[in-house]
Amino acid sequence: MNTKTLAQALEQTKRRLQLVDGLWLALVLFALVFLSLNNRQFMEQSELIILIALAIALGYAGIAWTELRRLLLVVALLALTAYWLYDANLARAEERFLLRYFLASQSAIAWMSLLFVLATAAYFLALFTGSAFAGATGSGLTWAATGLGLTGLLTRWRESYLLSPDTGHIPISNLYEVFILFCIATALIYLYYERAYRTRALGGFVLLIISAAVGFLLWYSLSRGAHEIQPLVPALKSYWMKLHVPANFVGYGCFSIAAMLGVAYLFKGSAAGAGGNSALARLPERADIDDMMYKAIALGFAFFTIATILGALWAAEAWGGYWSWDPKETWALIVWLNYAAWLHLRMSRGWRGALMAVWAIAGLFVTLFAFLGVNMFLSGLHSYGEL
Amino acid sequence: MPATSLPRFAARRFFRFISSMDLAIALLVALALASVIGTVLKQNEPYQNYIVKFGPFWHGVFERMGLYDVYSSPWFLFILAFLIVSTSVCLCRNAPRILAALRQYQEDMEEWRLISLPNHSRCQTALPPDEAADAVAACFRRLGFRTRSKQQAGKITVAAMKGAGNRLGYLFTHLAVVIICIGGLMDSNAPLKLRHLRGELQAETRSIPISEIPERSKLPVDNPSFRANVLIPEGRAARAAFVNLKDGYLVQPLPFAIRLKDFRVEHYANGQPKSFESDLIIRAASETLEQTIAVNHPLRYRDYAIYQASFGDGGSKLRFKLHDLTAPAPRANEQTATVDQTLPLQHDGETRRLELVEFRKHNIFENDDPALEKKFRDYGPSVSFKLRHPDGRAREYLNYMHPIMLEGREFLLSGMRSAPGEEFEYLHLPADDDGSPARFLRFLALLNDEQTLRRIYADNQEALVSAEAGDGAPSRQALSAVALRLIKLFRDGGFPTLRETMAASGPDAATAQTLSAASMKILWFGLQQAFLALPENQGNAGGELSEQALRFLQDSIVAVAALPEYGSPYYLQLTDFEHVEATGLQITRSPGIKWVYGGFAMLIPGVFLLLYMPRLRLWAVAKPKEGGSELLMAGVRVRHARDFHRYFAQVSDTIKRLLP
Repeated sequence: MNTKTLAQALEQTKRRLQLVDGLWLALVLFALVFLSLNNRQFMEQSELIILIALAIALGYAGIAWTELRRLLLVVALLALTAYWLYDANLARAEERFLLRYFLASQSAIAWMSLLFVLATAAYFLALFTGSAFAGATGSGLTWAATGLGLTGLLTRWRESYLLSPDTGHIPISNLYEVFILFCIATALIYLYYERAYRTRALGGFVLLIISAAVGFLLWYSLSRGAHEIQPLVPALKSYWMKLHVPANFVGYGCFSIAAMLGVAYLFKGSAAGAGGNSALARLPERADIDDMMYKAIALGFAFFTIATILGALWAAEAWGGYWSWDPKETWALIVWLNYAAWLHLRMSRGWRGALMAVWAIAGLFVTLFAFLGVNMFLSGLHSYGEL
Repeated sequence: MPATSLPRFAARRFFRFISSMDLAIALLVALALASVIGTVLKQNEPYQNYIVKFGPFWHGVFERMGLYDVYSSPWFLFILAFLIVSTSVCLCRNAPRILAALRQYQEDMEEWRLISLPNHSRCQTALPPDEAADAVAACFRRLGFRTRSKQQAGKITVAAMKGAGNRLGYLFTHLAVVIICIGGLMDSNAPLKLRHLRGELQAETRSIPISEIPERSKLPVDNPSFRANVLIPEGRAARAAFVNLKDGYLVQPLPFAIRLKDFRVEHYANGQPKSFESDLIIRAASETLEQTIAVNHPLRYRDYAIYQASFGDGGSKLRFKLHDLTAPAPRANEQTATVDQTLPLQHDGETRRLELVEFRKHNIFENDDPALEKKFRDYGPSVSFKLRHPDGRAREYLNYMHPIMLEGREFLLSGMRSAPGEEFEYLHLPADDDGSPARFLRFLALLNDEQTLRRIYADNQEALVSAEAGDGAPSRQALSAVALRLIKLFRDGGFPTLRETMAASGPDAATAQTLSAASMKILWFGLQQAFLALPENQGNAGGELSEQALRFLQDSIVAVAALPEYGSPYYLQLTDFEHVEATGLQITRSPGIKWVYGGFAMLIPGVFLLLYMPRLRLWAVAKPKEGGSELLMAGVRVRHARDFHRYFAQVSDTIKRLLP
């Protein structure tokens, strides 16, 4: 018997590499080489390594998830257009139509905000009416919002350098910027699960928390002028920021998704005898939601572990010790312990059901406090995002 | 009852309890809750702050509970130690089994047990059992499984497994947690606390030279683990650092000297600091090393790490004039002092103390003057100081060295506040063209000089009388006296006192108002005459002031009116400075860091193996049947039964299809 055929038969479900994949890899490689040669004077050795690692990750992700590839291509195109339109002059943001109403970071982020809210509405419409079109619209809007958010961040990155070369920095350095990062990360992780589980019924729940974040973002920007680009404080001038912050927000995003799935789980459960056509019937089976919830928490936990470790390594370089029991550090530990306990019960004890869903929801409040509450109520070394 | 003795039974029960999952989860949650305390209550503050906040009684209770330093309090360490022990025992109990299981293929699985698995399937094939078994084993291997076959009576069993890494993940993560905690404990200040508790160490609370600090407040040079701080002025060196303990500090001697050659702060355009850098020279017995450190770029020297932690003043030398605001002639006392120094000041038989608090070379603020192009402007050097009364009360002042342009005129600013939390209120002294307060001070001195004023008024009585051209004008002498009295009232209490006096002197409100209006006129002319009498204004004795001079007079009057509130008999004019900065270094030694980083290096792969490496087992049993053989396939995946169901169906269907 030819065992090769077996392997092939099993791999049929996986996509075979095609010419476009090769093109994608070539493009990523080209971007890597171009960026590293072009920006050599701005980059430390470690930042070059980060860039290479990012290229590898994007190369892989683009092949495993073609929708993501499409998104990244569009984002790259939009960001480059903005770069070209700016023509190294910040005043162009007001002068050029496309920048002013679409591509300047503030405009792109405003569009992102609007589209996320519309996507939430579309997903809920799909859930309540069963309209497949509304569901697809929700998906499309979420993709578009994510793309505009990413474009906004990339443009903001460029704008920070146009403001003054020494002000330039990656836009993940304060509460305003990381909120955008949170929206993008959460949306992308959700879209991945949407594809893997082939259901759009949960979109509304997840997008609800993104909409809440958007609401906060708008309030923060309008009432506090938080969108102003500020130069970095010396403690944040480190390549560690480029690793620590995104890793954290993958974690936060996953935990938020898990909590919203917990809400969906409880809804589903309370309608045991619901009719075949109701919104509740359209939600996936409890076991499926539970499975997604577990996967979201597992992914979040893995990234949160990495983020906390990276934070400790950074602290050892910036604050004189890998651990100082600073409120933010301590709350990160509390979040970590909380989900460690959750995973223990789930993996070793096999616990499932409403209690674990409630715990996942409670976990969001713990996470939220670590993310926001610490900045609002406690003071410490981590006071970059003060409210 | 079995023959097991009671102690052994109890010991086993104990170990089972210690390593149980329930306990582990309880400990995780307990640790999380305990950690919250230290984030809500600010840790390691000066005790004075706590007493103010909670009162002496609760302060005592909280102190005894260790709430001011939760993370090295005995009960917190006990929870942590308990977690380490629990995890270790759990590891010791499970590790041998897990390691053994890595080599156990379970080729002895009975058929009935395979059938009881949710994922199993049967099929027929034309191949004889041994060939069928070989073919299936090859398929399994092709899928990444390790296989082992066993020939038994009438059947061949193929056992396959994959994903052993998952179990390694369990070992790695739990071992990592133990190692990280051990490393963390090595670097904690728990041993120090213990020695303090036993009375071997005592925190020093006075600020005295290191040479006078008693031995029991000093740590050994070879102390393996500490986190200490020191402030070094430019051009000076330190051979010791300080460790905070309770309400005082301990001295940590160093086996090398750290000299600060230069300290630099760079600023962004908006005045926000951009970088802090220190040029250090490390001098040990055997070697000398020069190195620049900055935030995020510490120096690692032997097993010490030296961080840029803060900065301060290293005793900047300030030269200033103390202008007496009460003297009848301009009088200034020239002084030289360093920041942090305290000077006694004699005034009116009272001794006040001048405490120099801070010198700043740059004061960059957002520009609110539309006449200037730049978005931010530097207001130049400033000095802040406190003036303390004999009774202990103090006012704080903030004086700028150079005049600041406001609405086209230049003013010397001096901020004053009576309590630390308040905003500064600014005194605006109109400045001369060369930026000095001399002209204003001459004017002020004249207002203090009753004799000269009297003479001036006597010389200019005509003007004075024409000013008060009302009915029943008082006599000339009386008018002059009124002007003098008004000036004195104004000088001592500003407009409010003047108004009160007028209100009190009239028999009714209407009279008081008339009086008030009249006296304002007299006051204005009194002030104007005084101003005109200044040497630089002698030229236009006709009484006509240029617009510029009039402005100056008005600004001066506003300043004089504010003086009673100013609360200081002196105006401190900074004339020269020599800026000496100091760098705040944190010096640490942490032997546990290798353990902690080792733990990190295990934790990350461990978590991914544990969560993402699927652990699968497959079995196939081939038995002879009708010239060919009958094949039973079964499989399990620990957790993720849902995903496995699809996978197994795919594998077994494909194999069925491929077998002849």
